[in-house]
Amino acid sequence: MTGKPVIVEIKNLYKSYRRGDQILPVLTDISLDIEESEFLALMGPSGSGKTTLLNLIAGIDKADSGIIRVGGIDITALSENELALWRASNVGFIFQFYNLIPVLTAFENVELPLLITGLSKGERRVHAEMALGVVNLTDRVAHYPGQLSGGQQQRVAIARAIVTDPSILVADEPTGDLDRVSAIEVLELMERLVHELGKTIIMVTHDPRAARMAHLIKHLDKGVLNARPQADF
Amino acid sequence: MHVLRLIFKNSFRHKLRTFLTVLGVSIAILAFGLLRTVVSAWYAGVEASSASRLVTRNAISLIFPLPLSYKEKIRQVEGVKSVSYGSWFGGIYIDEKHFFANYAMEPEHYLAIYPEIIIPPDQKAAFLRDRKSAVAGRKLADRYGWKIGDAVTLRGTIFPGNWEFIIRGIYRGRDQNVDETAFFFHWEYLNETMKKTSPGRADQVGWYMVEVRNPNLAADVSVRIDKMFRNSLAETLTETEKAFNLGFISMTEAILITIQLVSYVIILIIMAVVANTMAMTARERIGEYAVFKTLGFGGFHVAGLIFGESLFITLTGAAIGILLTFPAAKVFAQQLSTYFPIFNVERETIYLDIAAACLIGISAAAFPTWRAVRIRIADGLRRIG
Repeated sequence: MTGKPVIVEIKNLYKSYRRGDQILPVLTDISLDIEESEFLALMGPSGSGKTTLLNLIAGIDKADSGIIRVGGIDITALSENELALWRASNVGFIFQFYNLIPVLTAFENVELPLLITGLSKGERRVHAEMALGVVNLTDRVAHYPGQLSGGQQQRVAIARAIVTDPSILVADEPTGDLDRVSAIEVLELMERLVHELGKTIIMVTHDPRAARMAHLIKHLDKGVLNARPQADF
Repeated sequence: MHVLRLIFKNSFRHKLRTFLTVLGVSIAILAFGLLRTVVSAWYAGVEASSASRLVTRNAISLIFPLPLSYKEKIRQVEGVKSVSYGSWFGGIYIDEKHFFANYAMEPEHYLAIYPEIIIPPDQKAAFLRDRKSAVAGRKLADRYGWKIGDAVTLRGTIFPGNWEFIIRGIYRGRDQNVDETAFFFHWEYLNETMKKTSPGRADQVGWYMVEVRNPNLAADVSVRIDKMFRNSLAETLTETEKAFNLGFISMTEAILITIQLVSYVIILIIMAVVANTMAMTARERIGEYAVFKTLGFGGFHVAGLIFGESLFITLTGAAIGILLTFPAAKVFAQQLSTYFPIFNVERETIYLDIAAACLIGISAAAFPTWRAVRIRIADGLRRIG
């Protein structure tokens, strides 16, 4: 720990899935503190619970028990509607397959999360252009996702994730669908977001290269969390 | 960027599928609209009825006549303003396929009781002067190319022989629902001939048209007329013109019910087709809906996208279907004028079309929306990739 304020506080988190009559534990007694402006990589084999933990921190899934406090708010106590509102202003999402809306332009995709913020059209335009500027895609605003490369699409997705100025970004395998060069570009961009804009990034990855960019790596194995120093890679 | 634009763009993501669905809705709405127009056409006579007109006929059946002597007695009944009479002629022009309504009537009072029948004054005067003359409706005259002064021969069926008439007038309807395909002539001409050829059938009328001073008196006047002829040789049944016309419709009620049922079945079928389209659409986009929810959009927004797209497709199809209904109805009106003298697409039919389209759109979107709203974000995101 570096002494920075803790932004994510997880205590005794349990999560299981039901398959028929069987209950399959996915996360067991997870406790974790993540500081502000941290770049955390979650690693582990498939089925170890990485994405589930990420979803719980991002408020898109519900834990069986335990507490998740983000920015001082216990999100496990929020209702679905409260969680939706909380996500809209506090969390940015970066997905492996970008998840852009194919019928919207890059600009419109970035503007999308702002539609529920109550900002005027002009304000939305300023914010969206600024976010696209951060990811260096101002010359691609009118392009549709299908007209962009994978790396460019992921940068649009990152612009969409930061457009509402959330304190936390969650990234699920952000380089999993990219070639080496694009992956490096995206990772460097994410690092910039941490250093220059003070964002906290929690990234799930299988890619040791991606993990090396992180400040801290946590390993999940069969739902149990282990910490390993970055130097292991 | 607006949500409506997103709905519009989403609607055309699968152009062929959308085109075929819109085409299906268009045809369904066209068929529904035409069937509803057929039903309206069936009721056209009822709609054209006046509340101040009564029909007095033989209580046994319309095919039995009433004595002409009843006219003065009916005229004296309290509340009666005017009385006229007529007889169904049932003549055939050329052959049976060329059917149109033709009847003999007492013209002076008849035309006064029916102010919706508009005849130019000079033609009306010529018609009233000439006992062998006849008046044809505008559409009927157009159908056969009749002009003023033309001779028309009808072959009598109820009243045998060839009956020659001179067209002295061509009437038009004051309102849209007035039948413009009828043919009428002087009852006196019929009666004089009957006196010569079948004296036993002379001085008989098919029905009396009674105009009451006040529509509120219609029930009382009906009772008084029928009471007057009770226990006579020819008892009467007096009813409002509307009830009289409804009596004809009730004879064909089974056909009407069938037509109505078919029109609803068409809506049900297209509802299933659109529901299938929307189910496929929603299933393909379940991941996208999960992304929307991840970004903070609520179930309401997702529902709006699906309902919006469904309504956009159905209302586009409905708009095309409604636009096509008018020319199609025109063709129907020309081809079926023998059976449906009035075949107008009514405003209520258009409202029904729109209501049906909304019902289709909403019903088709209901289940996919329920699924999309209900699915957990994490499950939805897993469907991507």
